[in-house]
Amino acid sequence: MLTLPLIILIALLVLYPAVYSIHLATLNKSMQKFVGFGNFTFLFKRDTFWMVVKQSCIFAVTAVFFKALIGFIVAHFVHNIPGKKQRKWRGMLLVPWVIPPAMSTLAWLWLFDPSYSAFNYTLSFFGIGPVNWLGDTAWARFSVILVNVWYGAPFFLIMYLAALKSVPEQLYEAAAIDGANWWQRIWYVTLPMMRNIIAITTLFSLIVTFANFDIVRILTSGGPLDRTHIFATWAFKVGIEGSDIPLGASVSLFMVPILAIAAIFILRDVNKRGNEA
Amino acid sequence: MADVALRKVVKRYDDVEAVRGIDLDIADHEFIVLVGPSGCGKSTTLRMIAGLEDITDGDIMIGGDVVNDVPPKDRDIAMVFQNYALYPHMTVAENMSFGLRLKHYPKAEIKARVTEAARLLDITDLIDRKPKQLSGGQRQRVAMGRAIVRNPKVFLFDEPLSNLDAKLRVQMRIEIKKVHQKVRTTTVYVTHDQVEAMTLADRVVVMNKGRIEQIGTPNELYHKPATRFVAGFIGSPAMNFIPCRLEDNGGKLNIRITDRISFALPPSRAARYNTLPRTDKLLLGIRPEHISESHAHLEPGVETFDTVLDVTEPMGMETLVYFGLEGAPVCGRVNPNAGAQDGAPMRLAMDLNNMHLLNEATGIVL
Amino acid sequence: MSTLAIDKSGPTRKVKLGSMSRDRTWALRWSYFFLVLFAIFFLTPPLYMLITSLKSSAEISAATNPWWVFHPTLSNYVELLTSNQFLRFFWNSSMVAIMVVIVTMLISVPAAFALARMKFWGSATLATGVFLTYLIPDSLLFIPLFKMLATVQEWTGITLLNRWYVLLFIYPTLTVPFCTWIMIGYFASIPKELDEAALIDGASWLQTLTRIFIPVALPGLIAATIFAFTVSWAQFLYPLVFTTSVDQLVLPVGIITSLIKGDVFNWGQIMTGALLGAAPPLIIYAFLMDYYIAGLTAGATKG
Repeated sequence: MLTLPLIILIALLVLYPAVYSIHLATLNKSMQKFVGFGNFTFLFKRDTFWMVVKQSCIFAVTAVFFKALIGFIVAHFVHNIPGKKQRKWRGMLLVPWVIPPAMSTLAWLWLFDPSYSAFNYTLSFFGIGPVNWLGDTAWARFSVILVNVWYGAPFFLIMYLAALKSVPEQLYEAAAIDGANWWQRIWYVTLPMMRNIIAITTLFSLIVTFANFDIVRILTSGGPLDRTHIFATWAFKVGIEGSDIPLGASVSLFMVPILAIAAIFILRDVNKRGNEA
Repeated sequence: MADVALRKVVKRYDDVEAVRGIDLDIADHEFIVLVGPSGCGKSTTLRMIAGLEDITDGDIMIGGDVVNDVPPKDRDIAMVFQNYALYPHMTVAENMSFGLRLKHYPKAEIKARVTEAARLLDITDLIDRKPKQLSGGQRQRVAMGRAIVRNPKVFLFDEPLSNLDAKLRVQMRIEIKKVHQKVRTTTVYVTHDQVEAMTLADRVVVMNKGRIEQIGTPNELYHKPATRFVAGFIGSPAMNFIPCRLEDNGGKLNIRITDRISFALPPSRAARYNTLPRTDKLLLGIRPEHISESHAHLEPGVETFDTVLDVTEPMGMETLVYFGLEGAPVCGRVNPNAGAQDGAPMRLAMDLNNMHLLNEATGIVL
Repeated sequence: MSTLAIDKSGPTRKVKLGSMSRDRTWALRWSYFFLVLFAIFFLTPPLYMLITSLKSSAEISAATNPWWVFHPTLSNYVELLTSNQFLRFFWNSSMVAIMVVIVTMLISVPAAFALARMKFWGSATLATGVFLTYLIPDSLLFIPLFKMLATVQEWTGITLLNRWYVLLFIYPTLTVPFCTWIMIGYFASIPKELDEAALIDGASWLQTLTRIFIPVALPGLIAATIFAFTVSWAQFLYPLVFTTSVDQLVLPVGIITSLIKGDVFNWGQIMTGALLGAAPPLIIYAFLMDYYIAGLTAGATKG
C-alpha cells in the first residue's frame, strides 16, 4: 500500500516508456506504418551509426578508465594527509562533481574557445599551438573525454576514499611487518580490500558515461562532422531535432545491451556486499 | 497487576516448532525467569506474551482475559529489550514518556510519573540527556524506567543484562530485584544465565528445545532437579555425571563406579533406590561442591576414594580439581590448603547424602 | 552515516622517530605536491568562470591576459539579476527543484519504510527493481517520454509539452529510485527492537514512521533531499526536450538557449549565469558537505 505511488511512478514513467520505445522503434518516420526492423536495418547500413557505436565505446571506456585511475591516485594522496586538512582538500576536490555539468561545461567551452581560448593563451608562452580544441576531430574527441574525466573523477575519489578508510590500519601494519613495500601493500592489501567498491563504482560510472548527454551536447553538439557523437546526442539529433522519433528511439535502444550487462554485474556485486554485511 | 497464564502454547515457523505446547501459570506479583540455552524457545515465549509474535496454537491469558489477538499496545505490558531499544533522538524523559504521550495522558501526570520513576531508578540527573550520552548501565535504567512509568500489568525482560560487563551485571541484577520489591509488578524475565535466574526468580522455568523441563523455586531446582538437563544446567561448575550401577552387598545397597570404587549408600538413599532393577545403566549425579578433600572426621554417608588429578584450578577461596572416573570427567571443589597438585594422587570424599541417581537412557532423575 | 563518523576523526598518525617518520614526511610532501596539481586541474573551470564573470565585454574582446581581471566590474551580475528573463529561469528552476524534492520524499520515504520493514509478497523483487530503475539513464527514456506526453496532450487537451510543471512528473523518475534505495538502507539499519518498543508503547505504524523512523534516519533523509535537489537542479536533457518557450525554461537550458544568441557569445554574461546557476548546489554542498558525501557513497556502501 505504501509502495503504491512508487510502483505507479516506475510503471508509468519508466517501464512503460521503456517498452513503448521498442514499439516506437518499429514504426516509420510519420509513425503511421509498422516497419518491423526497418529502422534497425537502415541504421546498420549507415556509416554514421557505426561511427557513433565506435565513438560511444571509446568515449565511455577511455573516460571511465582515466576517471578511475585519477580517482584512485588522488584518493591515496588525500588519504595520506592528516585528518583536518584532509576534509578541506576533499571538499575542494569534489567541486567539479557538485557543479551542474551543463554549467561547468560552459566554462570548458569558453576555455576551448577558438579565438579566445585561455589554454591557447597559456600554451603560446611555450611556443605550442594554437590548438583547435573543438574543431579538429582528434582534439575534439580528446576534449570531450577530458571534460568528462574532469567531471567524473571526483566521484571515484570520494568512493575510493571511503573504501580506503574502511581498510583496517592493522592490515597495513601487519603487511609492513611482513616486509611488504608500498607497492606490495597496494597490490596485496588495498586493492583486494577495495575490489568490490572499485567494481561497483566503475560499472556505475560506465553506465552514466555511456549514456552521457550534457557534456558532448554543449561542447561540440556531436561535431565536427559527427565525429564526437555518442548514442544520446545522436538520438537527440535524429529523434528530436530531426523529428524522426522512431529512428531516435532505435538509436537509444542500442544502449540497452551494454547498460543491461553492466547493471547485471552491479546487481551481483551489490547483493554480494549485502550478504557480506 | 495481573496473573499470566499460558495454555498449550505452540509457535511454529514454517516447519520448525520453536515452542512445543507449554503450560505455565504466573501468579500476580510473581517474578518468573525463563532460562535455557539459546534456541530453547524462551525468547519466543516472551515475545508471544508481548504480542510481538503470533501464537500458532493455544491460549495466552493476562489478568484472566485471552489476549491471543490483542495487539501489543492493548495488552498493558511493558518490555525491556536486550539492546535497550531506546529512541536515540529523544531525551531520557522523552523516552520514558513516549508511551504515555501517545495515549494523551495529562502533562502533569506524565511529569509526575517520570519524576517518580527517575527517582526510583536514581537517574534524576540524567533526565535531559540523550541515550548516546549514557553508559550501558544508565541506559539499562532508562529502559526500565520506560517500563515503570507505564505502570503496566506485566513487565517483560528480554535478556536485559547480557550487554553489560560482568561487574555491572551483578549490580543491575540487584537493582532489578529492588525495583521489583518496590513495584511488585508481575514480571517475566528471560535469560540464558542460570546465575541470574537463580538470584532473581521467585520461580524459575527451565526450557529446552521448545519444552518446559521443570518449574520450581531456585532451591527446588538446585536440590531436586527433575531431569539430567536441569541438573546439568543449574549450578556452576556443572553437576558431574558418572556412569554407575546398583549392587547388593549383603542386605546393603552399594553403588559401583569402577572395579575398585564402590560406595555404600546412606540409608535414606538406599530405601529410595532399593526397588530399582540392578541391571539398569545409571548415572551418579553429584555436584562439585559435594566432592572435597578427605579428612579425619567424615560424617556418615560421606565416602572416600583415591584418584589422580588431571588439572587443578586455584580460585582463591577454593581450588577446583579435575579428574576422570569411568571415562567421565569429574570436577570437585577442595580447600585451597589441601595440597591438590596437577598430576598428583589425592584422596577425595564424596557426600552421598546429596547425590542424585539418573536413568542414563531417559535422563530422568530417580 | 559511517562516513560521517570516520571522517571527522581521520587517521591519527603518531610521529615516530627514525626512517619511518622521514619516509612519511616525504610521502606527505609528495602528496601535497600532487594534490596541488590536481586541485589546479579540478578548480580551473570554476575559477575561470569567476574571472570571466567579473570582466566587461570590452575587456574580454580586447584579449588581454585571460587569467587576470584588469578592470573588475559587477555589471554582468547586475544585468542578469535585474533581467526578468534570467529571474524567470531561476524561479522555474527553484520551483521545480523544491517541488520535486517534496514529491520525491512523499513517495520514497513511505515506500522505503514498507520495503525495509514489512515483508510482503514481492517486496524483495521490488527493492531490486527500484535499484535497477535507478540505473536506467535519462537518455534512454527521453524520446518515448516525449512521444507519450505528446499523445496524452492530444487525447486530453491538457498542455503538457512546453510547460515547466511537466518536469514535476518526469524528474521523480530520476530521484525516487535512488532516494528510496538509500532510505531503505538507512531504515534497515535501525534495530528491529526500536519499532517493537514503539509498538508496545502504543504507536501506530504511521506514528512509528513519523516519530521514530524519520527522526532517527534524519541524516539519510537530508542526504536524500540534497540528492533530489541537486539532480533536479542540474538536469539538462529533459527540460531541453520538453520545454522550448523562453518563459518555461529552467536555468541550465535557459542560459544555453537564450544567452547564446546566434554567433554572438556574450561570455561575461554566460559565465555569470553559469556561476549563479551553480551557486545553489555549491552553497548546499559547502554547508552540508558531510551529508552530501554520505548520500554519494550510500548507493554502494548500503548494499
